[in-house]
Amino acid sequence: MWHWFKKKKKENPYFWEEYCVYFSAKAKKNSLDRLVVFDCETTGLDFKKDVILSIGALAIVNFRIILKDSFECFITQENYKSNQIAIHGILKEGKTEKISESEAVISFLKYIKNAVLVGHHISFDIAMINAALKKMGLPKLKNKSIDTDALFQKYKSLSPEQHTTLDALCEAFKVPKSDRHTASGDAYLTALVYLKLKAKM
Amino acid sequence: MKNSIPKRIADFLKNYPPFEWISPEKLLLLAQECEIIHLEKNQTLFSIHQNTEPFFYVVKEGAIGLFKRIDNNKIPVDECDEGDIFGLRPFFAENQYAMTATANEESLIYAIPIIIFKPFIAENNNILNYLLSSFASNTRNPYDKEHPGKLLSVNETIGEISIKTPFFQPITYTKNPIWVSSKTSVQDVAKLMTKHKIGSVLIEENQFPTGIITDKDLRTKIATGRIPITANASAIMSSPVVTISKVTSIAEAQLIFLKNNISHLCVTENGTTESKIIGIITLHDIFITQANNPAVFLKWIKKATTAKDLKEVRNKLTQLIADGLKNNTPINHISKLTSEINTAIIGKVIQMAIDEVSEKPPVTFAWLNLGSQGRKEQLLITDQDNALVFEDVSEDSYHEVKNYFLTLSKVITRHLNTVGYDYCPAEMMASNPKWCLSVSEWKKQFHHWITIPDEHSIMLCSIFFDFECVYGNEELAAKISKNIFKDLYKKNLFFAYLGSDALKNPPPLGFFRQLLVEQDGKHKDTFDIKSRAIMPLVDAARVLILDKTISGINNTSARFEAMANKEPENKELFISCANAFLDLITFRTQEGLKHNNSGRFIHLEALNKADKLKLKNAFKPIQDVQSVLKNRFNLTYFT
Repeated sequence: MWHWFKKKKKENPYFWEEYCVYFSAKAKKNSLDRLVVFDCETTGLDFKKDVILSIGALAIVNFRIILKDSFECFITQENYKSNQIAIHGILKEGKTEKISESEAVISFLKYIKNAVLVGHHISFDIAMINAALKKMGLPKLKNKSIDTDALFQKYKSLSPEQHTTLDALCEAFKVPKSDRHTASGDAYLTALVYLKLKAKM
Repeated sequence: MKNSIPKRIADFLKNYPPFEWISPEKLLLLAQECEIIHLEKNQTLFSIHQNTEPFFYVVKEGAIGLFKRIDNNKIPVDECDEGDIFGLRPFFAENQYAMTATANEESLIYAIPIIIFKPFIAENNNILNYLLSSFASNTRNPYDKEHPGKLLSVNETIGEISIKTPFFQPITYTKNPIWVSSKTSVQDVAKLMTKHKIGSVLIEENQFPTGIITDKDLRTKIATGRIPITANASAIMSSPVVTISKVTSIAEAQLIFLKNNISHLCVTENGTTESKIIGIITLHDIFITQANNPAVFLKWIKKATTAKDLKEVRNKLTQLIADGLKNNTPINHISKLTSEINTAIIGKVIQMAIDEVSEKPPVTFAWLNLGSQGRKEQLLITDQDNALVFEDVSEDSYHEVKNYFLTLSKVITRHLNTVGYDYCPAEMMASNPKWCLSVSEWKKQFHHWITIPDEHSIMLCSIFFDFECVYGNEELAAKISKNIFKDLYKKNLFFAYLGSDALKNPPPLGFFRQLLVEQDGKHKDTFDIKSRAIMPLVDAARVLILDKTISGINNTSARFEAMANKEPENKELFISCANAFLDLITFRTQEGLKHNNSGRFIHLEALNKADKLKLKNAFKPIQDVQSVLKNRFNLTYFT
């Protein structure tokens, strides 16, 4: 038994090894300065209890949003609170093609590679992904991350306690809000806010 | 998978050409390949001489300025707003950009991969034509008027050119021609022709034509002394007469004229000399039936007996203008013709009015057209703006004389109203005692406006300074003009007023976007082309030309051309102003014809993109000429 556990710990799944290769010193040198803006829609705000319903992500290279290089998936979840449906509009058995949480995480890792992750209150989204990874017996994400809220605090010289919602940022930067509360929609808004913030800083 | 963002982009693109011609499914696929670029104000997307990118661009938000570099100066060429496409050079297989694209304000741009878009061009002609015309207008430098919008106009007119000469229509001929018997003396024939002001007389026998006598016969046979003046008509008539039937087509008649080398044909019932005379047709008649020949208008005006007849002529003139614009007749040509015919109509109206008041004018007078009519820029029918000047008379007779001209003016303005020129709501008409004055009074009036300027008088100046004598004693108008220029000498304050009046409407750059924002405004989706684009140029031209004391040129484009000759250093600007002005009045006329109104408020949503680009290019020189005014008349501190 002990031997079996030990072996598994040593030999992580192939996709994880592949993901880790991107963080080797050699790969880092050839890094393309790719950013991935992402957002998770979840059943709630408790990363210990709640689960991911969908992930939306977009790549930014050289200050351009590359739509071709985007990611979106919807996840089958057996147990979630039905009151979330109203906000997200994602039905448990909706028409959208759905995959299992582990499948989603695997494709997400393949997609993000070593990109710098960008998001609004991104620590929550990363925590959600990490929770999913943990369920699969895997360690946490290795990517660096940028929080647009923190970026805005820096830009406006706000204190770390002063938080700003994505809605407020959209208003401040005149980003028309649409598709709010879908993972891709929020990721796109966050991407625009990020570009505008960066251009001003 | 991942369709929500591309779908939003496709939803935006589908509202604009060339994307509107792409099916929703394909557009969505295209949108998935887009890249989204955010530019801060003054950030450059691509620079002149930089290698081209594999993309072309659509403005999602903001405004992108396109610039050329001429002698190290950054010259604005165009501004692209929401939905505009630019950076099309790579489509046309060039390897370097010819312009620099810089954000004039914070902008969001969609970059469309050319390799993905190219198949659509092959599939759809609209797309190809649109890209070509956009490319041409983006490339076009407003200061380079050698080939203004050449590609653009070529594309616009393909398939639209139609030759409308009514070759196969039946002839129109003079009915009830004058005829005489062969026994009539030549002298009587000549007297008859003189009396009726005609060039030919038919000779008949039992109402059948046997011969014809024309001016030429009198000249070659009588005046030379070959045949005595007492001879009978039969001695000099040409016989037999060439006859045609009334159902002959214009083309046939032309052939008959050519074949016989003659200038008159007799129209008979069955087309032979053995039937009754019903009319006569001349070579001249054939000329003027062809494709709205302006001569026919003058003939109609001459023949008119009531104002209602003239109204019909004026309506036909509108049709002539519409046809001219459709056939790409130069607007300058059209407006010259129009003002020629307008002048003839007014002349006829005045003659009718003099007959109606049944009293000859006590002294000579001149009828002055003011405003756009005075500048000969009136294409669409508008309000009347006119004035009257009469010779100076003794104090005793002044009242009687003035009353005569006021009565006359009332009749004239009433007839003009019937013809279709509405009364001026501001009473800027010769029937108003204030604007029906003697030469000395007019001199005094202008002297007052020039020496003691205020805002109200400046407004009047802008109307009255563009006067044009269209009827009567031109010397009277010339006297006033001469005096004005004497008064204008070194009147800095007056020029400051006139100059700042010309600046009251700032250039309408970027208005498309602003109007898009003003969704609930009073003039929703329309643009006041008169006060925001045409008048600034008209006002600028006037103040410049008065300052240079160039008299006798009222037309705005002609004024700018005169300025270009006077100031070679500003030649490019003035020429581009002249062209912009012509473009703008073309737009206004087209819009007016389309909506049967003054054309003042342009419906932007009805314009195609190419028209919008052309219109926008016409605005560029306004800004430049206004800064010339500011400097020239020291208006920076003038309030």
